[in-house]
Amino acid sequence: MNAQEARTAAERTARASYGRLLALLAASTGDLAQAEDALSAAFEQALISWPSDGVPANPEAWLLTVARNRQRDSWKSAYNRAFAPLDTTGELRRDAMAADVVEVDVDAIADKRLELLFVCTHPAIDPAVRTPLMLQTVLGFDAARIGAVFNAPATAMAQRLVRAKKRIKEARIPFVVPSRQDMPGRLSAVLEAIYGCYAIAWVGEFLENGGVGDASDAGGVAAADDLRGEAHYLAMTLAQLLDNEAEAWGLAALIAFSLARVPGRLEPAEPGRDRRFRPLEEQDTALWDAALIADGDACLRRAVPVAVPGRFQLEAAIQAVHCARARSGLTDWTALRTLYAALVAVAPSLGAQVALASVIGRVENPEAGLTAMGAIAAGEPAWVRAAVERFQPFHAARAELLARAGRPAEASAEFTAAAFMTHEPAVRHYLVNRAEIG
Amino acid sequence: MRYTLLLHYPEMDAASLSEEAMAEGQRAFASYAATLHQAGVLLGAEILQPSSNTTTLTLADGVLHVQDGPFADTKEQLGGTFVIEVLDLDAAIEWGRLAPSIEWGSVEVRPGALFTVDGAWRPNT
Repeated sequence: MNAQEARTAAERTARASYGRLLALLAASTGDLAQAEDALSAAFEQALISWPSDGVPANPEAWLLTVARNRQRDSWKSAYNRAFAPLDTTGELRRDAMAADVVEVDVDAIADKRLELLFVCTHPAIDPAVRTPLMLQTVLGFDAARIGAVFNAPATAMAQRLVRAKKRIKEARIPFVVPSRQDMPGRLSAVLEAIYGCYAIAWVGEFLENGGVGDASDAGGVAAADDLRGEAHYLAMTLAQLLDNEAEAWGLAALIAFSLARVPGRLEPAEPGRDRRFRPLEEQDTALWDAALIADGDACLRRAVPVAVPGRFQLEAAIQAVHCARARSGLTDWTALRTLYAALVAVAPSLGAQVALASVIGRVENPEAGLTAMGAIAAGEPAWVRAAVERFQPFHAARAELLARAGRPAEASAEFTAAAFMTHEPAVRHYLVNRAEIG
Repeated sequence: MRYTLLLHYPEMDAASLSEEAMAEGQRAFASYAATLHQAGVLLGAEILQPSSNTTTLTLADGVLHVQDGPFADTKEQLGGTFVIEVLDLDAAIEWGRLAPSIEWGSVEVRPGALFTVDGAWRPNT
């Protein structure tokens, strides 16, 4: 075996097992930074040993054993340091010291990634750092890559991550799955952080080039696709580990359906022309990913609500209705109206309210939709009205209703307003075109 | 692992606080301390006198300044501390949220770094 093959084998193991190994290494000590160091030392050792010795039969067990030996070495030196008066750095936990370091069957040990997900989203951790922490510890992203996604300098991101890990260790945030009683709040924090990973992929894609230039820029799109894929992986991991949490399956379904439609958002590339944006209703369903839609359907079937369906289940069901057009050729607007009304009742975001008004415009008539839009814009309290002014989807949806109502001058003004508020060049181009037509 | 629960709350003077409310507060704190003790987690606790009775010392250019009043004159003041010994932050948060003063102030859950035994420092583990 040569160095390249060893590297490939190590990368494959890292891709499949990084989070699992890190969770195992950190769970008993609470020290993520030290576990990361030990694991990366084990990967380095693999790149040295595997080319001459061959890839071990069980690469995960090999890496875990080497990493645990590393941890033990670092505890020994910490233990020695601890004799110095007033030195509490590298303080070790006795249970970790006592742990036997032997060749282990990784598959036989309980998966600790679920505990790790709950640690990353613990209420004592700053919400802004939860998604980055998850990307780093569960997926092994480095600070530079996370910084790029969150539009933050790598050094600043690295500092925030170091601080969060120090806090987990020193305030002793436990690696446990919260009790049933604490589950609702704690679970929604995990769901939010994973959804944040999916949502940031959309923003990151256009911020990478400062919001200018072509969105089909290969690097940016590849990075965003990659991150959306990781969000899907995280959501699936969470749903499978929790097994019977309806909202977790709802989120997995939502991300699968949304991912499935990504290839249809832009027209196929043509030489000498930027790829044009296509609104949902005009998308060619043949471009959608049928396997991901099937995945989404399967997840949604697992999402059996205990009582009232939650936000992610409803959003997933809405996406399922849109995706069903690939089979039926039709959009069931009445079903969408029911689902959006339920969503507004459960999680009354501005986005959900605008979508509901828009659907009312389709089920009844454009004037009814405009009346509903007017009610949102006149909403209380005052900050809602201010938010509406700056909310791009409101103006885009209202423009569409005005156009359908046969009020071209007003439609044109709203399309222009919406065009100015969008960061994505292809969407802006589309809206400017619509403004010209009215 | 030792944590100190720092109770911060707006100070009330005896005049504005009814006798009944005062008695109710005392009962709540008595029961809280007893519960912590019975659970075997209480290491020590202190309820402080109002900050109007506090004296703050500072040293400026080698000269001692003795000042009437608290270090920072804020609306909420440190009113008491409970030192507990529990397994982890989740357990400390559980106890912190049961502190009676959470009804009218905030409870800060702070892990300890060092503590003394017979006048010698020990690390908190």
